[in-house]
Amino acid sequence: MATVTLTGIHKSYGKTEVIHGIDIDIADGELIVIVGPSGCGKSTLLRMVAGLETITSGDLLIDGARLNDAEPMDRNIAMVFQNYALYPHMSVADNMGYALKIARRPKGEIAERVQAAAKMLQLEPYLARKPRELSGGQRQRVAMGRAIVRDPAVFLFDEPLSNLDAKLRVQMRLEIKALQRKLGVTSLYVTHDQVEAMTLADRMIVMNAGVAEQIGTPLDVYERPATVFAAQFIGSPAMNVLPARAEGRVARLANGIGIETGTDASGDVLVGMRPEHMERDPDGPIALDIRMAEPLGANTLLHGSLAGIAQEIVVSLPGVHREDVMAGSARFRIAPEACHLFDAGTGRRL
Amino acid sequence: MAGMVEKRGLSHWLTHAGLILGVLVIFFPIWLAFVASTVSQQDIVRPPMPLLPGDQFFENYRRALVAGVNAPVAWMLFNSMVMAMGIAIGKIVISLLSAFAIVYFRFPGRMLFFWLIFLTLMLPVEVRIVPTYEVIAGFGMLNSYTGLILPLIASATATFLFRQFFLTIPDELAEAARVDGAGPMRFFVDILVPMSRTNIAALFVILFIYGWNQYLWPLLITTDPSMNTIVMGIKQMFPSGDDLADWPVIMATSILAMLPPVVVVIAMQKLFIRGLVDSEK
Amino acid sequence: MEKRVTFKGIWLPILLVAPQVAVTGVFFFFPAGQAIWQSLFIPDPFGLSMQWVGLGNFEYLLGNSFYRASFLTTAIFSVSVTVVSMAIALYLAVLADRLIKGSGTYRTLLIWPYAVAPAVAGVLWLFMFNTRIGVVTWYLGQLGYDWNHVLNEAEAMGLVVLASSWGRISYNFLFFLAGLQAIPRSVIEAAAIDGARFWTRFRTIVWPLLSPVTFFLLVVNIVYAFFETFGVIHTITGGGPQQATTILVYKVYADGFVGQDLGSSAAQSVILLVVVGILTVIQFKYIERKVHY
Repeated sequence: MATVTLTGIHKSYGKTEVIHGIDIDIADGELIVIVGPSGCGKSTLLRMVAGLETITSGDLLIDGARLNDAEPMDRNIAMVFQNYALYPHMSVADNMGYALKIARRPKGEIAERVQAAAKMLQLEPYLARKPRELSGGQRQRVAMGRAIVRDPAVFLFDEPLSNLDAKLRVQMRLEIKALQRKLGVTSLYVTHDQVEAMTLADRMIVMNAGVAEQIGTPLDVYERPATVFAAQFIGSPAMNVLPARAEGRVARLANGIGIETGTDASGDVLVGMRPEHMERDPDGPIALDIRMAEPLGANTLLHGSLAGIAQEIVVSLPGVHREDVMAGSARFRIAPEACHLFDAGTGRRL
Repeated sequence: MAGMVEKRGLSHWLTHAGLILGVLVIFFPIWLAFVASTVSQQDIVRPPMPLLPGDQFFENYRRALVAGVNAPVAWMLFNSMVMAMGIAIGKIVISLLSAFAIVYFRFPGRMLFFWLIFLTLMLPVEVRIVPTYEVIAGFGMLNSYTGLILPLIASATATFLFRQFFLTIPDELAEAARVDGAGPMRFFVDILVPMSRTNIAALFVILFIYGWNQYLWPLLITTDPSMNTIVMGIKQMFPSGDDLADWPVIMATSILAMLPPVVVVIAMQKLFIRGLVDSEK
Repeated sequence: MEKRVTFKGIWLPILLVAPQVAVTGVFFFFPAGQAIWQSLFIPDPFGLSMQWVGLGNFEYLLGNSFYRASFLTTAIFSVSVTVVSMAIALYLAVLADRLIKGSGTYRTLLIWPYAVAPAVAGVLWLFMFNTRIGVVTWYLGQLGYDWNHVLNEAEAMGLVVLASSWGRISYNFLFFLAGLQAIPRSVIEAAAIDGARFWTRFRTIVWPLLSPVTFFLLVVNIVYAFFETFGVIHTITGGGPQQATTILVYKVYADGFVGQDLGSSAAQSVILLVVVGILTVIQFKYIERKVHY
């Protein structure tokens, strides 16, 4: 059990800075998801916590101790890798017990702890097998088991589910969440999948180009995105963001339409509307020329554009709406409190 | 896979016939050697010699193994075994170590070392034979196992192979080992070497044959018959003048000389083929 | 290609490469340097001192008719060995490839001569063609042909070519068979449906697709014939008669050890070194990207 504190963490390769200062206090037992597109620096950040990359500047504290320069093994962490990194020539039991063997724990204790972890992960029947004799999901469990057996202060997950098929991914996601709750171990979890981030995180770090765009609970980020990037990265389909001129509590789009926003502002802004927050209303201000409808069953996505604006708009309506019914055009409204306003220059929330 | 198209009937049997003929032709010199090793000198010196084995098998092999011509062949077999094993094991060990160093560490001189390895890939021992002989003589290593072995492991082909293999091992394994608390040597012993065992075995087969079949080098540095290896010792069994060679013993020795490498190739055919393909890549 | 992860430390890796550095330094780079150095000197008649001659040894060698003859001998020898061993191997591989079952058995039967040392192969062939008691010699005699490779230069060359090619068939067979089996069946079947008979298919489809393997084997066999056939020559002919089978590597040995002409022998080594260098460059340049297994 441990707290983790990052203060002003920077990373440079030569002259190129790839992480531009990350600060976060992680409470004991918290599950923090680091989410962002590929190349945003999220894995690098995790690997710096693990001790696999050096920290260029800033401080890493685990339970108050500064561990910037400690070897991975001295940080009391365990890591689950994207490709699992199981030792191919060792049995499942040996894989799980390897760290304990290196730490010279007594044989009996190793066997006991491996057994306990295997039981928790339903791996008992497979302990004698080699990794290549296991399915993808089972390998994933072994990788988890290897981390659990060590009883570390912090779990680090590097995209652990990205090699699984969609169905298994959902199942393992739930298992990881349940396990982390049960063990109460502080965890950092890297993913590029915003659904994983939303469902797993106690808090998430939305990263973009080496910068933490926002740190907050999933609902925080969804309801009050701090930047345009965070707004568009979290939520599916992505938020519609249109340039506008703010005049008090009204944002006027390029084609002259005014939308009530509930935020006082003036000058150039970006107005963000989530597709699922737009409602059909014959008297609504937003007239959408519908190009295509995608019925997904539970909801229907409408793709189209506003008169005079080239940018594509997506609207998500609950239930099934047939294309022929929706063909042509329809009018929509959006509640002022569901509108997000961002500074056009900085992209920050207003 | 041309076979899938025309497969039945006469051409099928002609194919087999052609192959069997090929096998027989290739077998013939060895068969003849075997026959010669089972008959008496009189049978051989009055041509044509018989084409079927005689009854002198035990007598000839016993004479070869125990007495030989200059030295007992049993001795020479032992010398060859020491040399072949020494070359195979020695080369594998030093190559594993240095390949590990150049792949998993950054140290001063690493690139220089790498290019030196590349250079050694190009030069067979035959080319630098005279100065190498002088070095060995200077160290007083003539007629010694060290002298037989060391110059032949002085090339980095195996280092190059292991480097190529190590590069294919995912980085995450080394990271996982580090997180698990393994230091470099622990990682090497517990993970890298066990993961390389197929490559090691394949290379061992190739190097064993290479070492066993050496001729020129032992010929130069073993002047003492008791240090002769069997492959070079055969030629030493021929009389220098016009005397008649002791063909049954020479042929028995030839069969004994080819037996170990042939057994290795046949018993470990898969590894052998893999080793050949690997080492030519 | 580089590893992302590395272990820390400077002394440990240096310690790890030390054995290899020591062995290659002492037994490889030092002698190779010596060879180059010695090639610039000639010993005095008593072998007491060395006299600097610059490139004199090379000039002498290239002007020496024996040496130039040895070059020609080497060329004839290596081309013959390469062609004979590859032709037979290709023939057998094509046959084995035609079989649906059993190609593995033939492979086992055909690969093991690889394990027979060139020197032992030399003894086996010497025995068959021995002028006094050789079986083949005797049968040839019955047919009215008087085989005598001890006196006849062409026969001596023929014999060392045969003995050297024999063990090499295995190796070539293995690579040809692998190459043939790597050709997608669908390509062959498409050609068959187009009406191409076996020969036409071989000429127009199989042979072109096999060319990377063929080229690879060509280079490898030439290198083999250059350097690894010493044992064959030494056991069968000893370079004779009248130097008819003295290939370059044999001459390095004969001049250096038998003739004790160190300067010339070293200069020959350097020339060989250049030849190997060229062959290696060709090999790397073409093989690397063309042969795929």
